[in-house]
Parts: sequence; structure tokens; C-alpha cells
Amino acid sequence: MTQPGEFYQRDRSIQPPAFTPDYKTSVARSPRYSMISLQNSVSEITGPRFGHNDIDAGDNDLLTNYAKAGESPIGERIILHGRVLDENARPIPYTLVEIWQANAGGRYRHKKDTYLAPIDPNFGGCGRTLTDENGYFFFRTVKPGAYPWRNMVNNWRPAHIHVSVFGSGFVQRLITQCYFEGDPLIPICPIVQTIPDPDAVEQLTAKLDLNATVPLDSIAYKFDIVLRGRRSTLFENRLEGN
Amino acid sequence: MPQELAYLKESASQTAGPYVHIGLAPGAAGFDIYRQELGHDITGRNAKGERIRVEGRVIDGMGAPIKDVLLEVWQANAEGHYAHPEGGGDVEDGFRGWGRVISDFETGEWSFETVKPGTTKGRNVGTQAPHLNFWIVARGINIGLNTRMYFGDEAQANTADPVLNLIEWKHRRATLIAERSETDGLPTYRFDIQLQGENETVFFDV
Repeated sequence: MTQPGEFYQRDRSIQPPAFTPDYKTSVARSPRYSMISLQNSVSEITGPRFGHNDIDAGDNDLLTNYAKAGESPIGERIILHGRVLDENARPIPYTLVEIWQANAGGRYRHKKDTYLAPIDPNFGGCGRTLTDENGYFFFRTVKPGAYPWRNMVNNWRPAHIHVSVFGSGFVQRLITQCYFEGDPLIPICPIVQTIPDPDAVEQLTAKLDLNATVPLDSIAYKFDIVLRGRRSTLFENRLEGN
Repeated sequence: MPQELAYLKESASQTAGPYVHIGLAPGAAGFDIYRQELGHDITGRNAKGERIRVEGRVIDGMGAPIKDVLLEVWQANAEGHYAHPEGGGDVEDGFRGWGRVISDFETGEWSFETVKPGTTKGRNVGTQAPHLNFWIVARGINIGLNTRMYFGDEAQANTADPVLNLIEWKHRRATLIAERSETDGLPTYRFDIQLQGENETVFFDV
């Protein structure tokens, strides 16, 4: 059996640096010294695993997982679906995907969120699922609203869903955000702009996927997530196994 | 034109934001939605080894504790095995070795209970001193920060640890070592993580 090896080095040119002064909160929260580069040991190539005992069927349906019986959240009903892949374009099966988001008015159900938009009594704003054997996942939810935030005097976040993914090694751990095709707020958002590479921003922008819609019910967006790839152990001389 | 390499690129990270609790710890956001929140039980009931408490704060460049931080811990069991097919060996039933902890919204203090891990395999040869792997996210942190906590009462193992020894500036190694004390009879390790400043914690590019 092929023993998976260490992970490819993270390409920092597509990742946001720690210090991004236009996103003001990063100023005091960004380390200033260089990180120490580690070669992967067992501590890095291993990571937590999750199974069906950890989550319930329906945890991925934000249209119903907080709604009162017979009621629905307000907003545009969407399906967010895609695959979790690694940099070798291989699907990552049975990995945990967790999402959280504002409601259709742009308000989070969080005791610290005081935005004017109303709380939706039928919307919690979080969901989770495991990818299937092909790395595939889906959620049902409502499209989140844009909302203002205190950074510059008048900044607005584009509509977005926060996404947390694990992979098979602890160093693949990733939190990112899913944006939606066509949103004019994307290019002017200081948090989006922390990403130096325009292609990397495109990669976080879910595309409208008419083929995956449910007619007369929900519109769909496709969002693939890529985690770091890993080498197979070199001495096995099976580069095609990478 | 040479052929294209067919590799994909890792998705770019984005900050977890101030409301990370909604997704990863909804109870703390003020509502219960799931049958169980994940990451509360690191060891399970059957774990062997010494029970310990780990506590600390994550402190920003102005010296203030971060009150909306979320940390994940990943560790081996007392025998030095991770709960993973490549983890070095079997672990006790129910031992996951992974935990998720958030800071108190008022004080920024966080803590969890676990068992002290054993030594683990080094990269090629040798052993690594007992340590906890941490991953830290919060508003203003654009990409999760990786660090390690070592144990102050493992001086000998720490001296030989290949990762600590990689840190050229010897005084910075101390930023990864938690001193041992006792709270209500439980051995307690204090691990304050400094994001900036003279005592900035060592973070790793892994």
C-alpha cells in the first residue's frame, strides 16, 4: 500500500500575507517575524478524521435545520455544491466541510452582531457535511446578503459564505470564503483584496450552475475547493501515484 | 510551448472573521443547532496517560488579548501515536487527538483538558519531544497560524527536539514552551501566544 508522504510546499504567492493594512484588523494581528519552515513530520501529515457519527443527516440543509416546522427562511433559495480536491486534482473523500453565513438581509445570528437588518427566525446560518467517496458535497441555503462593516468608513462585504475544510493532514486545514459570480462588491472588498492573485480570487467565486438548479425551487452555484496536494513516498518509485 | 503542468492551486485562505463561532461553535454564538458540537472531547474516556489542563490567551500587537479567537489542537496520545492511519500505531477507543477551543468573549482566556502526549517520530530519524500542534484563526488573521506547544517539564526531550533546534535564535525557543503549575490538583500548562512584539511566538510554515 502506498504510504502518503509530505505535502507540497504551500504557494504563498496566491495566499494572503499576514500584514494587509487596508484590512485594518490585520495590522495588530499579523506576526512580523519570518515563519520557520518545517519539513513535514508525522505531526503534519496526519490529521483528524470524521465520520457519520459526528454529524446528522440534515445538518447540510440550512433551509430546514433551524426553521420551525412548515416554515422557511426568507431569501433566494440556493444549492451550493462542489467537490473538495487536492492539488493533484484528486477528490478528497469523507472530509468535513462546515459553512456559516449571514441571512438574506446580511445579519448573522451571533450575539455580537448588531447590524440593523432583522434576524430571520427560521435561519440559523450554519451547516456541515461530509464529502462523499468522490469528494462531492452540497448544501441547501439562502443566498446571504451584503452588509456594511467597520474598516474604512463605508465598506461593504460582498455576499459570501464562510467555508472550513479539513483534508487528510493537519496542514491542509483551511478556512476560506465563497463569493458569488457577478457581485460588484467583490473587487472593492478589502478582505478579498488581501489575496494578491486575481486568479485566486476567481477560484473563490462560485459560478451560477443552471444545470444543477431545482426548477421552480432553488438556483445553484458550483464551488470547488482545492487543498494542498501530497507526494507519495519517493522510494516507492511510483510517481504516477502522486 | 512546453506542456502545461496539470496541478491545481490551493484555494486561497480568507479570514474566519468575528463570527467563526456560528459555523464551528454555534453554542458560543448563542444558539444550539446540532446534536453535538465537535472538538469538545480530545481524548475520549479510555485514554491512558497523565490528565492535564492547558490554558492561555492569544495576545495582539498592542498587548490586548484576542477575544474572538478559535484554536484547534492536534496531538498524539500518551504513547506518541496520532489517531490516523499514518499516525504511528493504534490509539485508545474514542481517542481523537483533535480539539477545538474558543476564547472567552470578555477575557480572551481559553483552556482545555487533555492527556499529555508522548514522544513522536521525527521527520526521518530520531524523535520529537512531546508537543501539541496548534492552528489559530480569528478576525484579522488572513491565513491560519501554525505553532507548537512544548512542555516545560520535558527539558531533556526539548533540548534534543529537532524542531526546537531549527530555531536559530535560541531565546525564541522559549516562546513555544509552556511552564507547568497546578490548578485544583490538575497539572496545568500556561501557553500565551503573542502575535507580535519582542516575544512574538514562533510560527511555522508547514
